[in-house]
Amino acid sequence: MTLITALLALGVLALLFGALLGYSAIRFKVESDPLVEQIDDILPQTQCGQCGYPGCRPYAEAIANGDDINKCPPGGEATIKKLAELMGVEAKPLNAAQEPAVKRVAFIREDECIGCTKCIQACPVDAILGASKLMHTVIAEECTGCDLCVEPCPVDCIDMIPIPVTPERWKWDLQAIPVKLVE
Amino acid sequence: MSFKIASSPHHHNQRSTAGLMKLVTLACIPGIALQAVFFGYGVLVQLVLAICTAWLAEAVMLWLRGKSILPRLTDHSALVTAVLLAISIPPYAPWWLVVIGTAFAIIFVKQLYGGLGNNLFNPAMAAYVLLLISFPVQMTQWLPPLPLQAVTLSPLDAVCAVFTQYSCSGFSITQLQQGIDGSTLATPLDTLRTDLAQGLTLTESYSKPVYQSIAGAGWLWVNLAYLAGGLFLVQQKIISWRIPTAVIVSLFLLSALGWLAAADANPSPLFHLFSGATMLAAFFIATDPVSASTTDKGRLYYGALIGALVFVIRTFGGYPDAFAFAVLLANMCVPLIDYYTRPRTYGHKAKGSTK
Amino acid sequence: MPSLFQQIQAGALWDFHGGVHPPVRKTQTSSKPIANLPLPDRLYLPVRQHIGVAGQLSITTGERVLKGQALTFADNSMVVPVHAPTSGTIIAITEHTSPHPSALPETVIVLEPDGADEWRPRQPLNIVSCDNQTILERIQDNGIAGMGGAGFPTHLKAGMSQPVDYLIINAVECEPYISADDALMQEAPTTIVKGIDILCKLLNPKAVLIGIEDDKPIAIAALKAACSQREHYYVREVPVKYPSGGEKQLIQLLTNKEVPAGRRPADIGIVMQNVGTAFAVAQAVLDDHPLISRIVTVTGETLVHPQNVHALIGTPVAALLDFCGFQAEQRQKVIMGGPMMGFTLPDLSVPVVKTTNCILAPTATELPDAGPELDCIRCSSCADACPATLLPQQLLWYSKAKDHDKLQEYNLADCIECGACAYVCPSEIPLVQYYRIAKADIREQQREALKAEQAKARFEARNARLEAEKQARLARNQQLAAAREQAQQQSGATNAVADALTRIKTKQAEHAAEKTREQILAEREQKKQQARDYQAQKAASAKQDEPTQGALSADDSSATKNAAVAAAIARAKAKKEQAALTADTATTNASDTEQPGNSEAIDPRQAAVAAAIARAKAKKEQAALTTDTATTNASDTEQPGNNEAIDPRQAAVAAAIARAKARKATAKLEGEE
Ligand code: SF4
Ligand code: SF4
Ligand code: SF4
Ligand code: SF4
Repeated sequence: MTLITALLALGVLALLFGALLGYSAIRFKVESDPLVEQIDDILPQTQCGQCGYPGCRPYAEAIANGDDINKCPPGGEATIKKLAELMGVEAKPLNAAQEPAVKRVAFIREDECIGCTKCIQACPVDAILGASKLMHTVIAEECTGCDLCVEPCPVDCIDMIPIPVTPERWKWDLQAIPVKLVE
Repeated sequence: MSFKIASSPHHHNQRSTAGLMKLVTLACIPGIALQAVFFGYGVLVQLVLAICTAWLAEAVMLWLRGKSILPRLTDHSALVTAVLLAISIPPYAPWWLVVIGTAFAIIFVKQLYGGLGNNLFNPAMAAYVLLLISFPVQMTQWLPPLPLQAVTLSPLDAVCAVFTQYSCSGFSITQLQQGIDGSTLATPLDTLRTDLAQGLTLTESYSKPVYQSIAGAGWLWVNLAYLAGGLFLVQQKIISWRIPTAVIVSLFLLSALGWLAAADANPSPLFHLFSGATMLAAFFIATDPVSASTTDKGRLYYGALIGALVFVIRTFGGYPDAFAFAVLLANMCVPLIDYYTRPRTYGHKAKGSTK
Repeated sequence: MPSLFQQIQAGALWDFHGGVHPPVRKTQTSSKPIANLPLPDRLYLPVRQHIGVAGQLSITTGERVLKGQALTFADNSMVVPVHAPTSGTIIAITEHTSPHPSALPETVIVLEPDGADEWRPRQPLNIVSCDNQTILERIQDNGIAGMGGAGFPTHLKAGMSQPVDYLIINAVECEPYISADDALMQEAPTTIVKGIDILCKLLNPKAVLIGIEDDKPIAIAALKAACSQREHYYVREVPVKYPSGGEKQLIQLLTNKEVPAGRRPADIGIVMQNVGTAFAVAQAVLDDHPLISRIVTVTGETLVHPQNVHALIGTPVAALLDFCGFQAEQRQKVIMGGPMMGFTLPDLSVPVVKTTNCILAPTATELPDAGPELDCIRCSSCADACPATLLPQQLLWYSKAKDHDKLQEYNLADCIECGACAYVCPSEIPLVQYYRIAKADIREQQREALKAEQAKARFEARNARLEAEKQARLARNQQLAAAREQAQQQSGATNAVADALTRIKTKQAEHAAEKTREQILAEREQKKQQARDYQAQKAASAKQDEPTQGALSADDSSATKNAAVAAAIARAKAKKEQAALTADTATTNASDTEQPGNSEAIDPRQAAVAAAIARAKAKKEQAALTTDTATTNASDTEQPGNNEAIDPRQAAVAAAIARAKARKATAKLEGEE
């Protein structure tokens, strides 16, 4: 008899909680972007293709379909962490192993440019300005540092230069600010 | 020439963690002295054992974890843990008890959680609970206070007793536990519990010799000594006044309620405050910064919670003294308390400051 | 219940949470008269000494300037110009160590004083008769920026359109050691009050509250005496506590109001100015005396004569220290600002700027370094000390974990970096440092997020554009095809052609399918090479034609250009191939016969390695081949007297490459350092 009461009580409780859960799931439903959108928002939008996909969005789609989350070198650690959180998986170290140490932008040595427009075609974010047979230049503000324009240039006049540190961008170093000898 | 680069502030006050810990240990000394006077020199032996074990365990663990040993060993946090544990256990408990307890406190409760500052639980109290559960007999073998002891022990006797469970003159601990009148004496709290369980009323129980004065012979003085040490710490701003006050007030109020409701079944509030480890716990154990709450309001809640738990466990629970359990339970609530008692940041709205 | 205003009138003071009491150590300087510094040899004037943007230079190197002459001019409201502190010659406009914790170089104007100290003509204003706009312009043109710390342009604060209830004059000077404001108040209380009068005219506040820490009795007495004629000026003595001179803290102390997070004091009807600024305003408006000097406390136990000095803006710190008898220790720390919020200087050529209130050179025992950082014991001393009522220990935890969301939840942004928490921390944790890094990280992340958004938008726009172009092309092709078909049908041609076309297409498709990626690349490379050969040949023939065809100038220039292009290609490839060669040889030797030989020497080895069939290697080899042909072609063409035409250009390129190389080398050196 006690057994039956216990079972009954448990059953009723289970039902109750189940109903409660179900109700709250409907009642407090969070409207959210489709997964791909969310992933795409996390990715750095460099469009560099280093992940093996032709851009950030395709990679986002691939992640949504179960690809690894650690293929984006420009995003680095932070992106992986966020992706791991979103996807509910373990954060892994970057698989490409070579994280870009410093942020860089492309720079065209302008007197050497022959105006072939190849770099314009390569640039995913239209950060290069120029016309056929005329000098080209990079709008540094818009350049994502993806490297894609370097290879196509037939005269190798594109350099990737590190973004200079200014007092605004400068960060305190935790341990020692390098001490330099004066005089 | 080269100039030194550093980040502001370039000035620090001279109080260091090591200094804090040393002061806490210092403030324990009057209490320890009285404990030695009333309950025998065993406590000193336990102290030596505990401190040695703690240092050894700490050093080994730091070495294993690949941390620098010396700066962390000399922060004296292991010392405090050892002292607190050594003075909480019965003075003539076998030597291995305190060694196991201290090693457990340092290795498992502290270092395996990530060392100083990362432990969720108060190491001394976690070890105490472990010992109490695993070795209940040894953990309750308190001797009667000095005036009631049938046999008095010399310091040498104390060493023998701790290591062999027999004094040099051949008395066993059980014999030592007997009072002048030949009956076995436990702590006042213990006696009270047993007596109440046997259906005696408090007044009957109080007639026993173990209760001289308000809270039992010896215990009152020991508690007063810890109170003094604690007040010194508060005055030095080493511990916040909030936690001890909250503990004492909540314990006092609850026990007063119980006492008013049924004076015969519940001991008086003063008895609660000055027996057992009340003052030691309120000023030295509950205030362990690492495992206590860190916000001002949180500290009040935390202290009050401990006081309430102590009363409940002492009154309704199966163990005579309750501080270890109460502190551990409160430790568990700390993250929650801290989260909900965040102070209002300057320039933010009072409630729901986040968003 | 009296209103807030009545309470303030009655002299009420409030308190703020936390705060610390570091030893003040001000008496060594506050009781001495202010000394005058001899003219230094050089003045280094950073073009930007305030929050905002630098002005446009209005002088050139070599020009003689007069004392008080503007060296930059303001073209918008965020600019505060700088002025020549004395007469002399501009000897350079260059990069110099900045008075900033980073010590990164920034643009300075270097002035060599001539000792004449000759003023520019000055036109004092009569403030009674002129309107606010004129006064504000005068304030801006005379380069007044907040002298308390941040250097916010004064004309912006004083030209606020919002109604102002209280003007607070910050004379608290809560940082230990510093007594510059104290000295100023002792010396020139009447000028300060005149400055406050001007600010009052601009802002029209209900009351002026002057906050002074109560350990400056002489200054308090002096200011009280100077204010005695003004009804609504209240001198308030606040208890000594750091950081009561913080803007938000002083507001809370004097008015019991809090500035809402992320807002400015003006939003609650309060404007705060430093006493030094009030003094500078009076000088600027009444005497047309721009901000060219200030009082600096030079103190610390390594100095024989710690004291306050009148220093010209731009004076190197070394001059100040030497004047006060500096005896440096080993590993000396020299701090610009106070011990709580100042920053250390890497060298002593850093100039005094408008916001410099103190140079501190303590001995190692006076301000000992923080000991080794220990673990946080969660003692909450930091939380008790924090004037912003934050929980520094939690912030520390999340900073270490780089949990930026949590940091924002715990209001890291409200930390004023006062250092009170790090001052009290028994574990000597450099808490502020952690917060600075976390803040910089958060800022960078926000910047990056913004950039990612932009990049995405641009990427999508580009995709859309490409798609549209493709559609347009398709449509046009279809149209053309339709037209052709019509034409064919009309001309009676059968489908035989079309059949042939489809056959070719399928064949090509098959062919393409067979090809591996490598092949495609190789082919592409080949084509590229062909194209280049063709170009080079064309260039060569154009040149060879040249002598016979006579001197048609248009032809000539295009030929030159072609040759230059070919040479550029050759040079670039050669550079790739011959990394060891210096920039010079790589360019000038492009036409050397040595090169083919060299690449031949490399070839066998490359061939051996190429057994590993690395695609990259194959490509390189091809590039080498190209170089071969291209260089020979180029050298052929370049011989006949065309050298002169190309040379300047070549030189430019060589220079560019050399520059790039040098830059890289220096970068490397710096990296190594
Ligand atoms: S300019 Fe070059 S590096 Fe920059 S975004 Fe475009 S392709 Fe990438
Ligand atoms: S690819 Fe190189 S040469 Fe061609 S347009 Fe771009 S920068 Fe100029
Ligand atoms: S003062 Fe230092 S040790 Fe204490 S809680 Fe703050 S950070 Fe931790
Ligand atoms: S530095 Fe920031 S966290 Fe520390 S006391 Fe000051 S305001 Fe608070």
